[in-house]
Amino acid sequence: MDTLNQELFGEPCTYKQPVKEIEEKWKLVPAFLKIKGLVKQHIDSFNYFINVDIKKIVEANNYVTCDADPLFYIKYTNVYVGSPDVDEGFNISKLTTPHECRLRDMTYSAPITVDIEYSRGTQKVAKTGLLIGRMPIMLKSSNCVLSNKSEFELAKMHECPLDPGGYFVVKGQEKVILIQEQLSKNRMLVEEGKWGAQCQVASSTHDRKSPTIVFVKGNKYFLGHNMFTDPIPVSIIFKAMDFLSDLEICEVIGIPDIHQLTPTLEECHKLQIYTQEAAWNYLGTKMVAKRYVTSASSVRTPADDARDALATTILAHVPVEEYNFKSKAVYLGLMIKRVIQAQSDKQFLDDRDYYGNKRMELAGSLISLMFEDVFKRFNFDLKSIADKTIPKIRASQFDVIKYMRSELITSCLVFAISTGNWTIKRFKMERLGVTQVVSRLSYKAALGMMTRVNSQFESTRKVSGPRSLQPSQWGMLCPSDTPEGESCGLVKNLALMTHITTDINEYPIKRLVKNAGLQDISIVASKAIHSPAAYIVFLNGNILGVTTNYQNMISIFRLMRREGQISSYASIYVNFLHKCIYISSDGGRLCRPYIIVQKGQPLLNQSHMTELEKGIRSFADFLHDGECDNSLLIFEYKDTPLSYRIIEPSYVEKVLVSTNEQDTTLIKILLRQTRRPEVGDKFSSRHGQKGVVGLIVEQKDMPFNEDGICPNIVMNPHGYPSRMTVGKLLELLSGKAGTLEGKFHYGTAFGGSKVEDVGEELAKHGYSYQGKDVFYSGITGEPLEAYIYSGPVYYQKLKHMVQDKIHARARGPRAVLTRQPTEGRSRDGGLRFGEMERDCLIGYAASMMLVERLMVSSDQCDVDVCNKCGRLGYCGWCNSCKSSGQVSSIVMPYACKLLLTELQAMNISPRLTLSHYCQ
Amino acid sequence: METVNDEKPRVILTEHKVVENFPQGPTVYDDHFDAKYFKKKLQIVVIRRNNTDMEFDLIGIQHFLANTFRRLMLSEVPTMAIDKVHVLNNTSIIQDEVLAHRLGLIPLKADPRLFQSVADVNEAPTEKNTLEFELKVKCSHNREISKKESSRAEDIYKNSNVYSKQIKWVPIGSQRSRFNESDVGPIHQDILIAKMRPGHELDLKLFATKSNGKDHAKFSPVATAFYRLLPDIKIVKPVEGEAAFRLQKCFSQGVISVRKENDRQYAVVNESHARYDTGCRNVFRYDDLKDSVVMSKIQDHFIFTIESVGALPPDAIFREALSVLKAKCSALLTELNV
Repeated sequence: MDTLNQELFGEPCTYKQPVKEIEEKWKLVPAFLKIKGLVKQHIDSFNYFINVDIKKIVEANNYVTCDADPLFYIKYTNVYVGSPDVDEGFNISKLTTPHECRLRDMTYSAPITVDIEYSRGTQKVAKTGLLIGRMPIMLKSSNCVLSNKSEFELAKMHECPLDPGGYFVVKGQEKVILIQEQLSKNRMLVEEGKWGAQCQVASSTHDRKSPTIVFVKGNKYFLGHNMFTDPIPVSIIFKAMDFLSDLEICEVIGIPDIHQLTPTLEECHKLQIYTQEAAWNYLGTKMVAKRYVTSASSVRTPADDARDALATTILAHVPVEEYNFKSKAVYLGLMIKRVIQAQSDKQFLDDRDYYGNKRMELAGSLISLMFEDVFKRFNFDLKSIADKTIPKIRASQFDVIKYMRSELITSCLVFAISTGNWTIKRFKMERLGVTQVVSRLSYKAALGMMTRVNSQFESTRKVSGPRSLQPSQWGMLCPSDTPEGESCGLVKNLALMTHITTDINEYPIKRLVKNAGLQDISIVASKAIHSPAAYIVFLNGNILGVTTNYQNMISIFRLMRREGQISSYASIYVNFLHKCIYISSDGGRLCRPYIIVQKGQPLLNQSHMTELEKGIRSFADFLHDGECDNSLLIFEYKDTPLSYRIIEPSYVEKVLVSTNEQDTTLIKILLRQTRRPEVGDKFSSRHGQKGVVGLIVEQKDMPFNEDGICPNIVMNPHGYPSRMTVGKLLELLSGKAGTLEGKFHYGTAFGGSKVEDVGEELAKHGYSYQGKDVFYSGITGEPLEAYIYSGPVYYQKLKHMVQDKIHARARGPRAVLTRQPTEGRSRDGGLRFGEMERDCLIGYAASMMLVERLMVSSDQCDVDVCNKCGRLGYCGWCNSCKSSGQVSSIVMPYACKLLLTELQAMNISPRLTLSHYCQ
Repeated sequence: METVNDEKPRVILTEHKVVENFPQGPTVYDDHFDAKYFKKKLQIVVIRRNNTDMEFDLIGIQHFLANTFRRLMLSEVPTMAIDKVHVLNNTSIIQDEVLAHRLGLIPLKADPRLFQSVADVNEAPTEKNTLEFELKVKCSHNREISKKESSRAEDIYKNSNVYSKQIKWVPIGSQRSRFNESDVGPIHQDILIAKMRPGHELDLKLFATKSNGKDHAKFSPVATAFYRLLPDIKIVKPVEGEAAFRLQKCFSQGVISVRKENDRQYAVVNESHARYDTGCRNVFRYDDLKDSVVMSKIQDHFIFTIESVGALPPDAIFREALSVLKAKCSALLTELNV
């Protein structure tokens, strides 16, 4: 620890020396963003998927066989994702642009082609470039036509050069896949559980995902997993992993006081389990019953299942080769140790809200999950087709490529992105609202969507933990940009400099660590693992081994990383409490750039900043070197399909006639309106002082001052006291002084121009220092009694305009079921006469008015009622009495009649008893 | 509160509000209206005047009358402005309705007194009520200049900016003989109407009609017309020494001068400059000075400013306003059958 600290902070005697402040350090931020861009995380992640991950997925699932013919096979040898194109019919496709897709309501996607080798009868056939589906392409990713294009080229493709990309165009809609935040996988997490301390690991491999939990109950330690019906005492698990003697078990757990384990160990003796086979047999009885039985499973015993479960499903991320459970046992031992430590010392409890324990899932990894799932299904379908078709006797040979349809993969991916429903069958995962339509209200709004982080927590739950600001979010997530209301604190935004990692190859890191003095876990004695000098080295949650010289390992690691020998996004740190070195190279971690400090001094100094400013060196080099408009007109564009009724007169801006992917004609008309402000339109200053126009006054009636200036807007001063928007007062005052002086003022509350100075400036130009002037009434012509606070304030027109909301109805459409007036402006609906209004009429005893509002003007209905049986009849005829003798006609709301008939439909016969009005 | 007692009606500017001060003798503000007395008291002094601006004093008149003149000038004196645009071709990026709006706001040189208002909008325009113009501009590449010399749009393209000078008058009927070419057209030659690029074209027919500011602000003959009351500043307690200079700074330049008299420096009001005081009341910043001065405004002394848009000279606008008032009065009288 000492040498590391000295390396970092220098000699303690130098601590007092001041560190020279680097001026204009903030310039690093734009320099950094220049090379990174604001939505690089999404694009990086998608690029990784399309160029690396998809190949791995296909390789992992590259072999398809069938039960019907042992000779039959399909082998995928390669996979490619091409450039986005569009089918022009007759098997001709042409390259497309995102904008074309937006206009024609198509999906911006590229073909996924594979090279395969398969058997046709007895022949072996190879095929290249076979289409298996289409992959929606992220804009500005490596396969997008927009990547690495100049401004001119982008303009030619009708694309905004400032558009950040990072989203998809699916069925003409722009969709972002939000960043999903979740707890990191394959890491131990010690927490307070139901019965006390517990250690949980969410193991996740390519095909499995399951949590394993070690907890204490009473004085015994148990392992819980959804493979087992009950918690299993850990001693039995150890026995099943060939750790037979109690000594071995105690050593691998490695706690000083082994008496704490005695009750757990006794469990084995109670159950008479002394051999590995006995343990397997015991576990076999505790397994959850399988849902479906295959032919292969009939020859297997429950003990075999238990052994396999132990090897592949429990703590799935710890590799087990040839049923050598050593590393898994060490891992389990460490979990138990953590639980025991946490029992006596609260320090050992982890914080699940800590940001180091979180991983971000980006577009790339989400699509990769989806693709792997659908690719497996695609192969399964091929297999079942082969199973069904091969036994049949047919004239032509069975050729499997005829059954390779591209629709499955295409539609699955498109459906997922367009609806945001992420259903991964093998993980039993079902998530809603993963994607959102890019908000194009403003450039900032669109950018903001790309950096949004969505948390998996339910927004309805009333927990404060996940919502509150975590100190570990510093520099990674914005502390203030989160929505108000139910999703407050659950939806976050990335900070400017944040980077999200993608998966890094583990192999070079393993090799480096080995060379830096790692003793492999498979050769270290259990006792040595827990010896006081040893530090356990983890890589992505897996135990690699132990080291006795952790300082050396860390400094070598850091050196090599700064030299660029291993990825700069691999991270390493020591946990002195756990006595562990954690190395991470998995995807989804949040990173940010740091300035390296050596011997208490930053390596970055003023000369670097000047070089940056002059453009001699860029941020990348540093890494490499290791160091008022008053216009009355506002335009509103509306994208309204022609089929809608056009109520308001508008200009036709553009017409587009095209076809969509299904070759149906598509006509889009862009309408435009020029609107002048009218009474009821909403305006706002930049201080949240919004309001609607209450009166439009001619210039001659407006008050005017000694310069002949009359105001554009007169605001009610009662808006100030409760809202306390002092900024607006300041904006007015300094705006006024600024126009007189011809300069800008800063309106910030932190420094900026002082009211006193601004007032002085006003006085200098012959205005009252308070900003209040004499005004004359435009109506009477006399001076106003009060002095009026006046000056320039920036105002915006908000999109809520009367013309879009005005609504009235006398007669109109009715709902089919209830015959009551429809609801809402878009359906020309009625205006609701609600409960409180009803109460008023009751209070006034205005019964006729009540009847008129609630029945006559709503769903009045004439009903025939039979006086004899009390049931409803029709046309003066009672069908149950088969008579028209006693039928009389009454008026009631249709909703009431509906209730009566609905009750009848449920075999309840309501009957009405009529009596005369005057009785 | 300080009061000033003389024959003039005035308002006093106190620290927080404007207070009326009742005069000792009879003024025009008295209840009964005596035409003879009014005529005797009324006085007009022209301070400055040119083709577009004018400042004059209207003394001895009631505020409602002065205000009426102001209001009439703003919204009831008619002028000519482009009111209808026939768009034969517009391939520029500016939308038709926005272009038409911009054209409407261009002030026109044309004496409105020589025209009639259009009675019915749907009627065909006649030479009596309409001026017709046309705007035909086509933007193209400038072949004379090579690209290397300049990259400014004005140099590489022809007609990249459309200015008001490109509006051409098309006389209807006998208009050619009745008007001079130089008397009709936009007042300002350099109003930017639209920006274009090669291939863009404008082909418009413009029709200017006569109307007033009530109809649309573009018909208002003035940029603004307003008045203020004559400031009157009185030093009621002697202000000497450093305070005198401080007092000087509280008013507009030249309003207060510091006079030296045997080693004594004291502030005096410079009557001739007092009319230009802005009424900024900055004296109230100093507790020791705020009781030494009384700032007031004479209620029946209006300093009028008329800023003409250019179609009519400012004095003519005022005269027109008077005749509008006269017409209104006689109309009222006929209605009352007096």
